[in-house]
Amino acid sequence: MLKQTEGSKAVAEAVALCRPEVICAYPISPQTHIVEALGAMVKSGKLTPCEFINVESEFAAMSVAIGSSSAGARSYTATASQGLLFMVEAVYNASGLGLPIVMTVANRAIGAPINIWNDHSDSLSQRDSGWMQLFAETNQEAVDLHIQAFKLAEELSMPVMVCMDGFILTHAFERVDIPSQEQVDAYLPPYEPRQVLDPNEPISIGAMVGPEAFMEVRYLAHAKQMQALERIPQLAEEFKQQFGRDSGGLIRTYRIEDAETVIIAMGSVLGTIKDTVDEMREEGHKIGVLGIISFRPFPLEEVRAALIHCKRFLVLEKSLAVGMGGIVATNVRMAVTGSGLKGFTAIAGLGGRSIPKASLHKLFREAEKEELEPVTFVDLDHDAVNKQLERERQTRHSGPIAENILYDKGIASAAKFG
Amino acid sequence: MFQIRIHGRGGQGVVTATEMLSVAAFEEGKHAQAFPSFGSERTGAPVVSFCRIDDKEIRLREPIMEPDALIIQDPTLLHQIDVFSGLKQDGYVLLNTSHSFEVLGLGELIRKMKPERLCTLPATELGLKNVGRPIPNVPLIAGFAALSGTIKLGSVVKAINEKFSGKVAEGNIAAATEAYNIVKKEMEERVHA
Repeated sequence: MLKQTEGSKAVAEAVALCRPEVICAYPISPQTHIVEALGAMVKSGKLTPCEFINVESEFAAMSVAIGSSSAGARSYTATASQGLLFMVEAVYNASGLGLPIVMTVANRAIGAPINIWNDHSDSLSQRDSGWMQLFAETNQEAVDLHIQAFKLAEELSMPVMVCMDGFILTHAFERVDIPSQEQVDAYLPPYEPRQVLDPNEPISIGAMVGPEAFMEVRYLAHAKQMQALERIPQLAEEFKQQFGRDSGGLIRTYRIEDAETVIIAMGSVLGTIKDTVDEMREEGHKIGVLGIISFRPFPLEEVRAALIHCKRFLVLEKSLAVGMGGIVATNVRMAVTGSGLKGFTAIAGLGGRSIPKASLHKLFREAEKEELEPVTFVDLDHDAVNKQLERERQTRHSGPIAENILYDKGIASAAKFG
Repeated sequence: MFQIRIHGRGGQGVVTATEMLSVAAFEEGKHAQAFPSFGSERTGAPVVSFCRIDDKEIRLREPIMEPDALIIQDPTLLHQIDVFSGLKQDGYVLLNTSHSFEVLGLGELIRKMKPERLCTLPATELGLKNVGRPIPNVPLIAGFAALSGTIKLGSVVKAINEKFSGKVAEGNIAAATEAYNIVKKEMEERVHA
């Protein structure tokens, strides 16, 4: 049913339609509205049978999900930012044990400095954790990816993160088509676990594994993600047949056929990028877009095939590998190894800085002319940075960086008001 | 695409107002996108929220920097932040006040704009009178419907019924209807003046 609703509420409804049996979560912005809505559905009896377990931390949330998934229950949780970092040990355990938990990550920056706004630092920090990571471009896609995620996770018996931009998607009201229970039931079969803790047939899960077998267990995690590379496009196709719309898959291209310059990104910023590219196309620029939906597994072949006929590409990412540059960009460069393609990285939107079309127009034109540095920081206030660097040169006791930058910015904005 | 920016303070229902505007537009078969300015808002702190309305899918995710319309829920913001930033020359302005633009020191500004697109509305008083709470958001979006014609009063009423029920819904519908009629009358008088 088409409705105008908040992204978080839409995702909560989608998760409920997937008939989770255990939901455990600890609230953290911007994930809170999702689990609040699910909690209300469990309490009112709308979502049944399902147990909503309040836990004391994110570490407990993932630990409970590991327990309930091991007991054969379809298990769901959601988190963001510091919450994801706090559960990291259990995150690795969930994938290491091969438990098909689905978790929403309402993408948010990581502190310090503490910041509640959107970027992709949180889930990208878990890129090697063994979890699959699917990125939603719109709230409709966030809804659809959750339905696909349960199927993908359970078929492979591996966990999946569905990543949606915090606030930009979670708190946005837009048009979403919420499928019917019958449609979801027809697509997503009941959970048939590969391993169950059952007192009647006792087994152990979580053996200590020494050098004689550890490599094999880890390799199998990789092998499963390689299987996912085949399965994800099929699941998207089956989804289209059942629900009648394109959602999910590994990558999505836009106006790429004759493009000489291709912009690569993940998540909701793809919308602003597409609008910018449409305007540039009208002016005759040969420019296109490659959206990456599946960050893990990373679709090396598909990315290479999408880029191989262009002249240059620009990866615009909401993440920073400090001391190196881009995270997504590094993966993309791996995909085009040996092709001779010219590649640029743009770091944008960290900590929720808005990514306006005007900035993209300037950036994309510079990329076209190959005038960019290898790594560009979009809309970085160089004056503020230089002022702090100068302060550090002048005095040993230069004080806390974040407080200094805030002070300088406060002075600058007060001066503007006269 | 029509872009609306609402300024107000935490506790005045600023975010709810854009959400309801988007629901009203959706009820008319349009595409709409509403989103807040994502601060860690507190009661009384300046809050900004945005709504886009279009006939086709809205993909743009940047904040609204050049609005077609401004709704200002709290006139004390006028001297604190640049609420008019980026407003289009032929844009709409609806200001919650029982005073006139001139009294608030905005005479100079409004002379540059189209008078038939500017209006004041005592929305806080309408909220108090009809709902019993000084929340100006619903009267303002109904007043905006009258001022701009972008959405119909009936769609605002549908959005109210989706958000509220019982007495609160009834009170809000009464506030919305009164606000709509006040603005409609004001604009008609201005045309005939």
